[in-house]
Parts: sequence; structure tokens; C-alpha cells
Amino acid sequence: MSRTLFEKVFDAHTVRRLPSGQYQLLMGLHLVHEVTSPQAFSMLRDRGLRVLYPERTFATVDHIIPTHTRARPLADPMAEEMLQHLERNVAEFGLRYFAPAAGEQGIVHVIGPERGLTQPGMTICCGDSHTSTHGAFGAIAFGIGTTQVRDVLATQCLAMDKLRVRRIEVSGRLRPGVYAKDVILWIINRLGVYGGVGYAYEYGGEVFDRFSMEERMTVCNMSIEGGARCGYVNPDRTTYEYLRGRDFAPGPDAWDRAVSYWESIRSDPDARYDDVVRLRGEDIEPVVTWGITPGQSTPVGTALPAAEEFPEADRPLVGEAYRYMHLEPGRPVRGTRIDVAFIGSCTNGRLSDLEEVVRHIQSGGRRVAPHVKALVVPGSQRVRDEAVRRGWDRVFRDAGFEFREAGCSMCLAMNPDKLEGDQLCASSSNRNFKGRQGSPTGRTLLMSPVMVAAAAIAGEVTDARELFDIESEGA
Amino acid sequence: MEDAKRIRSGGPAVAVRGHDIDTDRIIPARFLRSVVFEGLGAAAFEDDRKQAAAAGTVHPFDDPRFRNARILLVNRNFGCGSSREHAPQAIMRRGRGIQAIVGESFAEIFAGNCLALGIPCVTADAAAVGELMARCEADPGLEMYVDLDTMRVTAGDASFPISMPEAARHQLLDGTWDTTGELLSARDDIARTAAALPYFSGWQPAS
Repeated sequence: MSRTLFEKVFDAHTVRRLPSGQYQLLMGLHLVHEVTSPQAFSMLRDRGLRVLYPERTFATVDHIIPTHTRARPLADPMAEEMLQHLERNVAEFGLRYFAPAAGEQGIVHVIGPERGLTQPGMTICCGDSHTSTHGAFGAIAFGIGTTQVRDVLATQCLAMDKLRVRRIEVSGRLRPGVYAKDVILWIINRLGVYGGVGYAYEYGGEVFDRFSMEERMTVCNMSIEGGARCGYVNPDRTTYEYLRGRDFAPGPDAWDRAVSYWESIRSDPDARYDDVVRLRGEDIEPVVTWGITPGQSTPVGTALPAAEEFPEADRPLVGEAYRYMHLEPGRPVRGTRIDVAFIGSCTNGRLSDLEEVVRHIQSGGRRVAPHVKALVVPGSQRVRDEAVRRGWDRVFRDAGFEFREAGCSMCLAMNPDKLEGDQLCASSSNRNFKGRQGSPTGRTLLMSPVMVAAAAIAGEVTDARELFDIESEGA
Repeated sequence: MEDAKRIRSGGPAVAVRGHDIDTDRIIPARFLRSVVFEGLGAAAFEDDRKQAAAAGTVHPFDDPRFRNARILLVNRNFGCGSSREHAPQAIMRRGRGIQAIVGESFAEIFAGNCLALGIPCVTADAAAVGELMARCEADPGLEMYVDLDTMRVTAGDASFPISMPEAARHQLLDGTWDTTGELLSARDDIARTAAALPYFSGWQPAS
């Protein structure tokens, strides 16, 4: 019988059916970070348990780490204590730790793929909702809570329900100046922030076939923002070529066997889906969020929607969003003055994100507007090292951006990088929730990294295609 | 484990109105810097509460009339966003402790985290939730009961059907929602499943 990738991978990792009706699912890869793990390790100690498969468990520090200095002890005593707990836990339980001092640290969802740990046909979990990122490789990857982290540490398994599968096909081509970030914001705008609950999203179509791995990661990353706990793309040659030669990828002796396993778990051509959504790549425009959920977004040049355009049940949230954001319906978001620009995060903190920004700011000697604080935070130390090797740190600094050390930074502001007061931030991250960027009244506009760079330079939200003359590039 | 069974939960309720209330709002990220969950109860909805106060209103979690709440009433997609278990941990540690949540719908990771802590997240239709909220606000002492055996929520003389995933219900009724022991008991099956995966022990060169 033909099956989807989700079903094949789920079946291959099913240990047994539990009396409750759930499945006991084996986890192929468990990623750990400092924020959601200390209580889980404490629970292991309390119960006298060890980590069942330490060789399938990898840890790093990303959320709390400062990006302006690597000095220890960390200035925030709570962050320092948290980091010490992580260091003690990985030592005590024998886990591989990607440490800052070794130059291996980074956002957990950046370093998994970068080291070749993330592979097709795996189940992957982490105490972090953006674990969906790893689905870009054709893995079933999802976020879990701390008590579940305990379960995975102790048993390498989770008790899970099977998800339904919705295929989202984006046909045709994206127009110049439209990026993977716009694709996922467009999808969430159409399907809603609750639309994906109960589903795994399978992304496909010509736009995804053509996407690089990093573009696929950007889309899969924000599946959770659409309510889907995991999202994936079927593996193909792009996937295999990305993996070849990476530290934890199969070596030459095992390569052919690995590829044949990876090919075998692709969705069958006649697989049946619980739902199919079709979108046209040509329709997608650069998107900017205007509200307090990632679904509250609009093409950059379009007037913001009136409350009456929404179903009645949604109108209170729309009103709340406008009040919080100090924005008004009827006017475009374009032209809105910003205070801060943030380029980074597990959504858009990879080398290709920085490369695309560098390409545009380099031409014409562009500079960040004087009133804007602009941060570039690489997703990992390796991304940062490579950017420096290519001289991009100078390009960014010359243009008025601060070029920082690797971490989650201002995506969720658990480190010193925070908005102040009701500052408005153009951000390449993934969540525009109230207070998300560290100030309880801070405001976030989500957009692609190139749109963030354009906003930083213009000092206000602007259409990057015009500022950087992108339309004519393809001509 | 008799006391792990969660058949009937109840007491006074508190309503937190609004769709898509995310876990950053339930517990802002700065409170995640602690290595223990203890003490999170006082920080639940901290920023929403402060902003309500600044606007001259009172957040339900600050309203003394709802101090003794054991049931939380919410609307659609409650707990969306971050997977932080700190969100249900804060809710269950607030005041006398929330024991069950009734809403129109829940984000998946949040509901899973609640289940792992033995907190039922049950859904009712929008009209029923609206009626429960109205009754709660009109009569803060009104006791409500979530019954997973009959799958009904009662509030005084009103009663509505509720639903939840069958497996979650089974675990709560049986008191088997703490899954570590059960999962670990299948050690041989775990090893067998792992051995059948070509990658699990690292990709070995062909012999």
C-alpha cells in the first residue's frame, strides 16, 4: 500500500502500540539545549535513571548566551547557573556537547543540519517547538516539553498519536525579491495559526523542488507557527548533496546504502493525503506581519485590513493587535518607522540568509539609518566563522550593523539582547507575540532578512525590491 | 497509583478570554532562566496582568474573586507557540492550582505538556465555552466539574459535552499519564526497533 513519508518513518520507528492507543515511538536523534533540559535531568536523577542512548543525544547552549561577549562567568547569574547545569549534566550523563569554547556552539536547529546530524528518515525531537526545522531533510521532527525530554532521555521514546498529513504544494516560480520566509508567512496567513493542529505538513511542488536546503529549513521551521507540530519536504538530490561530507553524515563506504534508505522513505507518488492545498508561487509577495500572531500579515504594499474583513470571532484579536502594535487599518505597513532591525534566529540565521543580505547592502554603499539599532546574529559559530572568512563582518559593520556572536538572541530575548519600551523591530525571526522580544510592550514585524535589511537602511518598513532594485535583477 | 487517576476535577473557575493566547503570554521567557519549576505560579500571565492594571482593568488572574480557581476556561488555540512546559507548570502552580482546562481548542504541544503533568485539556464548542465563561464571571464561586468518565462539564444546573483525544483520556482515567516507566518496560522492543533502523548505530561501512 502506498504511504506518505510521515507514515513510513512513523511506522519504522514504532516500538509498539500502548494500552492507551498511543504509539511508543523511538526517537532517532535527541537535541538538548540549556533552557528546557535542567528539570528533565533532575527528574532522571530523582528516579535513578540514566540516559538510555547517550550516543543519539547532542547538546548545545543557544537561548541564554550573550552575543556581545563570550566571557565567563555570564553577567546574568541565572544564565550562568543554567549554563553550569548544562555543562554538569552533559558531563555526568556522557553526552556530546557542542561548546562555545570549541567553536561548535550555535542554535540547536542550525547546528544539527550543519554537522550532518539531521538526516532523512529520522525521528527527531528537542525541547523546542522549532524542531520542525529538521523536517527540511525528510525527517519527522517536532518539539516537546521538559517532562517529555525526561522520557526521551530515559527511554529514547515518546508516547505519541499519529498525525494526519496535509500536502501543501507551491507550483511555478517565486518572483524576484520573494523568499522562503514569504512563502511560509503566506501559507500561515491563508491556513491560519490553528489550521495545522493535528497535521504534519508535507511541502512540495516546483518551488520546493528548486529550494536549497536552507530555504526548506526556513519554511519547515515555521510550520509550528501554522499550528503544525512538524513539517517536512521529501528528500532529493539537493538533500543528499547538502549532506555529503558533513561530520556526522554517512561516509563514502556507507553512502549508497544511506541514499537508498533515504529514497525508500519518500512519499509514494500515489500516496493519499488527508488534505491537499495548492498555491501558486507567482502569487506570493514580500510579506510583513502587522499583528501579534504570525498569521496577521499582509503583502508589504497593501493597506492593513479592517476588522470587518475578518470573521466575527476573530475581530477582538484583530482590535487587540492594532492597539498593541499602534497601527491602523486602511494604511499600508510600508512607511512605518522602525527602531530596531534583527537578522538572525533559527528561521533566518544561516549562511545563505547573510549572503543574500550582504549582496544587497554591498551594492551602492548602503548604510543603516541613524536612528536604527541593527543586529546581525549568526545562527552558529561555524556560520559566523565562514562569514568572517568571506569578509562579511566588515561589510555589515561598514554598513552600520552590529555583527554579533552566535545564538538565539533577540528572537526571544532570554539573553541581554532585548527591545526597550515599545520599540518596533523589523525581525527575521519567527514570532511576533506580545512581549516576545524582551520588552513587555515591545513590537515585532516579521519579514525576510532582505526586507529587514531594507527597513534598517530606510529607517522604515519598505519594499526591498524597490530599495535594492531587485525587480530588474532578473531582466 | 490511585492518586494518579484524574477522573473528576473541579472547583471554582476563572476565565481568560481570547483566541491564540501563546505560551510567551502565559509565561514570559525571562522566567525560563530558572533551573526549577517551583515559583512559576506567581508569574503566570505576568505581562498581561501588568498591562491590564496599567489600563485600569484587572486581569482575571489578579482578580481576588477568582483566587480559588481550580478550572481554567479559555477560547481557541490556547497555548500556541513555544513548547515551554513552564506554561502549564505556571498554571498548575498558580494559587490553589489549576486542575483542568476547558477551551474551544488547544495547541498540540501545550496539550501534550499538560497531559504529561496530569492536567486534562478538554474542548467544548464555542457556545458552551461562552456560557461557562459568562456563568463564571457572573458567579465567581460557582463550582464547575470536568468529568472524564461521563465526558461532561457541569456548572450549576448547566451541563455540556466535552471531548479530548481518546488516548489522553485513557491515560488520565487510568492514572498512566506519567509514561516513563511504561515506555522503559519495553526495553527489548526498543532495542529491536533501533537495530532495524540503518542509521541508529551510526552509518557503518559496508562489510
